Amino acid sequence: MIKLKKRWEISESEVTPESLYRQRREFIKAASTIGGAMLLNAWPAANASYRVGDYRKGVISLDDEITGEEDVTAYNNFYEFGTGKEDPRENSKRFMTDDWTVVVSGACEKPGTYGLEDLIKPSELEERIYRLRCVEAWSMVIPWVGVPLGSILRELQPTSAARYVAFKTLHDPVRMPGQQRAVLHWPYREGLTIAEAMHPLTLLSVGMYGKTMPNQNGAPVRLVVPWKYGFKSIKSIVGIEFTEVQPLTSWNMSIPREYGFYSNVNPEVDHPRWSQKRERRIGEIFKRDTLMFNGYEEEVAGLYDDLDLSVNF
Amino acid sequence: MTLSAALKSAYAKPVVHLLCLAPLCLLLVAAFNDALGANPVEKLTHETGEWTLRLLLVTLSLSPLRQWTGEAAWIRFRRILGLYCYFYCCCHFSIWFIADHSLDPGSMIEDIVKRPYITLGFSAFLLLLPLALTSNQAMIRRLGKKWKSLHQLVYLVLLLGVLHFIWQVKTDYLEPTIYAIIAMILLIHRVGPIKRLKLKSSTVAR
Repeated sequence: MIKLKKRWEISESEVTPESLYRQRREFIKAASTIGGAMLLNAWPAANASYRVGDYRKGVISLDDEITGEEDVTAYNNFYEFGTGKEDPRENSKRFMTDDWTVVVSGACEKPGTYGLEDLIKPSELEERIYRLRCVEAWSMVIPWVGVPLGSILRELQPTSAARYVAFKTLHDPVRMPGQQRAVLHWPYREGLTIAEAMHPLTLLSVGMYGKTMPNQNGAPVRLVVPWKYGFKSIKSIVGIEFTEVQPLTSWNMSIPREYGFYSNVNPEVDHPRWSQKRERRIGEIFKRDTLMFNGYEEEVAGLYDDLDLSVNF
Repeated sequence: MTLSAALKSAYAKPVVHLLCLAPLCLLLVAAFNDALGANPVEKLTHETGEWTLRLLLVTLSLSPLRQWTGEAAWIRFRRILGLYCYFYCCCHFSIWFIADHSLDPGSMIEDIVKRPYITLGFSAFLLLLPLALTSNQAMIRRLGKKWKSLHQLVYLVLLLGVLHFIWQVKTDYLEPTIYAIIAMILLIHRVGPIKRLKLKSSTVAR
């Protein structure tokens, strides 16, 4: 099918800033020698029950420079914790993700409530460095840790009726104070076609920068669809449903004229109010050109052969 | 010290200058200390834009303040505040032109033509120019009665500025709504005197 290896067979050391992988190595060293109890103490920030330990590194890499971890954890669109960019870090500090479960339902052979470790086996974790392009015309490059969504979905054995996959974020206005204001229709909803969900680039992620997923980035488990605008990569997932009809998605429900179901990164199709031709990479001053499908055209364009992308934006 | 004495004090104007320059100084200090967050360009653009709007609202608050407090000395600060408003507007425009358009006029013009919220913002910026240029004694004298009608343009600028802000919001309208409400109060306040003025002139005509 799609030959992923070819374009990304670069060793991780070539793309990861030295300070970063040194930190990472130190962490792994510490993790393997000190043991679990000490590790908990060494990492007070993360309180997720799911912890990223070892993982296969550099499975998918990029030539782009990785965005600083400090920026990626301080500049977030996660309206469940406030609409300001710096709100999520502040307001998610006490968010507990212990004993997280995901309800799998709809057109599949194995519906049920799954613990996170059962859904995403820690032994299968791998690192993938992807571009993230926000619909607001800024972008980042992030080393995610996760598992291809397709391999998880296959285990759940979707039936032939499963044409789409719908995702839902936790709805709990006490734990997610941003939900106390109706800026979007809560819970946050997203969806993919089954082909998009099964695509080898689509990732279910539980960590980044070699660590457990920070709360503000969508702990404990989030989607990463690198060729679509960031809001498609739903965070803090509690529900996965296989559906026959196209599922509702939050931004589309709010402003259908501006946010379509597909929301593929496309420099040719502007947002009704602003241009999508260029983007500001976090860490840079001047804007750069936005790439078709965020640079993943070769891998994903085939999914949309029969689709007019200016209509199905 | 009474309000009147404070407003008329020799220190009042220097204090206003300092207050108006403070936001810019704080932004520059933050910029040099790498403390503007992950997206410093966006931060600078938004901050200078909001300060333009804030200073415009403060400038337009002076004459209601004069009425409510019965103290005419408020008006002493109108020109300074108005010019600082224009100054922040120039900063706002320059950052956008430099960082978003890499100083390319063609790219800038395309944006102005295609994006309604930018059309509005740019119009407001252009309309402020004649107001800034005529904000001196010589021009006031030279223009006479025309000066006052020219400076009525500021209400249009206010309207454009508020719409420029609202129109770019993704979904959270809280902040621009606050600005819009203050702007409405200031505009409504001026409808009264205008009505009275019209009544007066119609009586005269009769």
